Amino acid sequence: MSPDKLAYMANQIGTFFQSQKGEDAVASIADHITKFWDPRMRRDFLAHLDVITLIPAVRQAAERLRGR
Amino acid sequence: MTLIKEIDYGTQAQSATKLVTLEVDGHAVTVPEGTSIMRASMEAGIKIPKLCATDTLNSFGSCRMCLVEIEGRNGTPASCTTPVAPGMKVHTSSDNVRRLRRGVMELYISDHPLDCLTCSANGNCELQDTAGEVGLRQVRYGQEGANHLDAPTDGSNPYFDFDASKCIVCSRCVRACEEVQGTFALTVEGRGFASKIAAGMNEPFLTSECVSCGACVQACPTATLMEKSVVELGQPEHSEVTTCAYCGVGCSFKAEMRGDQVVRMVPWKDGKANHGHSCVKGRFAWGYASHPDRILKPMIRAKISDPWQEVSWEEAIAHTASEFKRIQAKAGKESIGVITSSRCTNEETYLVQKLARAAFGNNNTDTCARVCHSPTGYGLGKTFGTSAGTQNFDSVEKADVIMVIGANPTDGHPVFASRMKKRLREGAKLIVIDPRQIDLVRTPHVEAAFHLPLRPGTNVAVMTSLAHVIVTENLIDEDFVRTRCELDAFSDWAAFVAEERNSPESLEKTTGVPAALVRGAARLYATGGNGAIYYGLGVTEHSQGSTTVMSIANLAMATGNIGREGVGVNPLRGQNNVQGSCDMGSFPHELPGYRHVSGPEVRAIYEKEWGVKLLDEPGLRIPNMFDAAIDGTFLGLYVQGEDILQSDPDTHHVSKGLAAMECVVVHDLFLNETANYAHVFLPGSTFLEKDGTFTNAERRINMVRRVMAPKAGKADWETTMAISNAMGYPMNYTHPREIMAEIARTTPSFAGVTYERLAKESIQWPCNDANPDGSPIMHIEKFQRGLGHFVITEYVPTDEKVGPRFPLLLTTGRILSQYNVGAQTRRTANVVWHAEDVLEINPQDAEDRGIRDSDWVRLASRVGDTTLRAVITERVAPGVVYTTFHHPVTQANVITTDYSDWATNCPEYKVTAVQVSPSNGASQWQEQYQELSAKSRRIEAVPAK
Repeated sequence: MSPDKLAYMANQIGTFFQSQKGEDAVASIADHITKFWDPRMRRDFLAHLDVITLIPAVRQAAERLRGR
Repeated sequence: MTLIKEIDYGTQAQSATKLVTLEVDGHAVTVPEGTSIMRASMEAGIKIPKLCATDTLNSFGSCRMCLVEIEGRNGTPASCTTPVAPGMKVHTSSDNVRRLRRGVMELYISDHPLDCLTCSANGNCELQDTAGEVGLRQVRYGQEGANHLDAPTDGSNPYFDFDASKCIVCSRCVRACEEVQGTFALTVEGRGFASKIAAGMNEPFLTSECVSCGACVQACPTATLMEKSVVELGQPEHSEVTTCAYCGVGCSFKAEMRGDQVVRMVPWKDGKANHGHSCVKGRFAWGYASHPDRILKPMIRAKISDPWQEVSWEEAIAHTASEFKRIQAKAGKESIGVITSSRCTNEETYLVQKLARAAFGNNNTDTCARVCHSPTGYGLGKTFGTSAGTQNFDSVEKADVIMVIGANPTDGHPVFASRMKKRLREGAKLIVIDPRQIDLVRTPHVEAAFHLPLRPGTNVAVMTSLAHVIVTENLIDEDFVRTRCELDAFSDWAAFVAEERNSPESLEKTTGVPAALVRGAARLYATGGNGAIYYGLGVTEHSQGSTTVMSIANLAMATGNIGREGVGVNPLRGQNNVQGSCDMGSFPHELPGYRHVSGPEVRAIYEKEWGVKLLDEPGLRIPNMFDAAIDGTFLGLYVQGEDILQSDPDTHHVSKGLAAMECVVVHDLFLNETANYAHVFLPGSTFLEKDGTFTNAERRINMVRRVMAPKAGKADWETTMAISNAMGYPMNYTHPREIMAEIARTTPSFAGVTYERLAKESIQWPCNDANPDGSPIMHIEKFQRGLGHFVITEYVPTDEKVGPRFPLLLTTGRILSQYNVGAQTRRTANVVWHAEDVLEINPQDAEDRGIRDSDWVRLASRVGDTTLRAVITERVAPGVVYTTFHHPVTQANVITTDYSDWATNCPEYKVTAVQVSPSNGASQWQEQYQELSAKSRRIEAVPAK
């Protein structure tokens, strides 16, 4: 899947969760992507972390997902 | 089998708790205070003759047929307008009243055609019955005097005739149009002998304001207003109660039959969702079921450029299974999937998702709710704990303030809209939040207290500014928040909305809504008594759809408008079984009952029931399926009852995805647009041809009953079963009741649901040990998740922005006479009201572009273009244009983009930057598509043997 499209979707998710107080935004972003994205979407997303533009919280979440 | 005939008590039931006992013809009867003598008598088993009275309407007292005598009172009062009193002694059949009734009946019959034997109402005519009841034996006046026997018939409406020569001017039709439907299209014109029923400004029904709901036809006691189908086919001889297959209101109907032919669909008075009312679609637009376009034989083809070849069911199913197995062997288990349908039954939907999970071995199941109410699932799940509306429809009768957001109920959910309008006529206040001036904003005897005509895409900003007013002006229901909600989350939310940047004044430039309107609406909602919110796809189909749903839930919790009658948060579901298809585990991340696939305890339930190991990872959502197809990792799809090519956004992208697949199986009534890209076509069955259940927008599970055999030989659940068996995973249900039993066994919210119970009455889930009688209202003492959860709703503008190339915003929707992609309604006479999609454009924008009314215009966005006719109207604000998506010739979704909701991928149908310009014909895309469509629909003749 298009890495840019996946990055766009991830940044949308990140924008929401980083506005939430009392919540670990990075954990929530990682959790949302895990719960709603098909594994191949996550694989494509994580495979292109070096070439896509992500907001900081999403990048941290992505790194956390890659580390699992 | 018999013809179901509900008892007509003549006047409406009363709800008073105080009871009154009286005597009718020597029989004691006890009824609630306020009950009419007519109804009390009927409850005692004594029918008083009547003509102008019927129990769906207010008492009128005009026909003078129901006169009675009351001991100790003078005269002969009308029993329909006289309330009972304690100890009253009523005589319904004294010599005096019998003489009076006969005299009145003589006058009626002196001006009525005596053609009973050839009349379409013969055998089902209240005038005929009443003449018999009063013992009419002669008409002394003859019929030679002045009369109305030559009055013309208005046959303009495609579904019913108005034969004025048979009219007795009882006003039942006029009152039904006012009281039940709320359209006020009919009137009694003239006085005395010149009185006659007139539609609109004394014009044909078709061109009047009449919305063809059928309430007048149902109320008519003679053959004056009569269904054309009855005129043609004769009176029905048996009937079955079933559920409409159109919108999410889920109206109950009697399918009235003659043999295996539907004569008419009549709304069932005992239907809990519709209470005997209907709309033009459910009442009349069922002819698609026998339309010649229906495909009744399975077909296959090797390539989508080939003509179709008719084959046997066995060959089609074997071919499907063989292709799916081949693809999985080549590209992996996750390379195929399914799309379930909100038009099919719960049982069918359950089987399709089971097919994916158990037979295909993956979670690639999604449903058309993806593109409509998936944000409702996410948003209400987060805030309240479950994905469902909180109320029953009856609740609106207790609402004091009704807020309608991004919904157009008079077009999309007309039967519920009629009830809403009735409550508004009784004095409830209305707030409409919508870019368009929908009918509810100003309609006969209804006017919105506030219309917030927001700029498309700014829902979250408006909702947050409403919350700002409620918080900063101390309009919070503190008791409710303290006892029912998470306080930390509330405090964070309250601090957020109270920020000055979220005030109506600060957001006015963004939303386009004057701050004073926002402040007035917020104060009214928070302080006006019971506040009820109803919303539609104008809320969900945005890049912040889920956020808006959560902002609505925040507002309801903050004002304590949850957990009792008259309040609540109510998503108006688009299709008949959106709620059910979601409940049944159609989403790729959830098993039935909204339980995530990652939960080992939930998977264990189904692994035990289904005897297979289940995946713990979510599958592909519909938009992701197209992306994966283009990538080459998703190559096979079984689509039941949905036309994804026409209904999903960015048609070019969808068609590219479908074209990339190696086996697309379309299971439908017609060769729809998706079938242009299909390799297998499996003929579907209509709602008249199968048993099952639909769940409506109020979580009401209603029976769907088979009234005729499946025309293609299989009900849809049987077809799914056949595919599964051919794939090697056995399914051996003999009736949908066995499927429901499995659903109840495995899904806690359905634990108490059985066909035996449903046969007696509908049930609203959750229905289980905790709620044995079902749940008309949810979250009464606590939320499904325990404490209500407030969510911060930061406004994030959509990236779909207007600019010099595309300066207007397109928003899309539907209209009364058509339904979804029009596959059904386009194949009925409903096309007389909407033969083509048109573009609504404001006079200023039209003037700027040199566009006149009815001109062909080119509508273009960054992803595509199409042409259609313009309608110049102030219903849309300057800068906004609007169209429907009912016709494939136009295909509005060629224009819409792939932007989607952040949480669910629900497409942003409601905001597309476009340009409109004069045009002189079809676009290049339209011409190419028409060619493809014609080529794709070729069916190869089977050589004679």
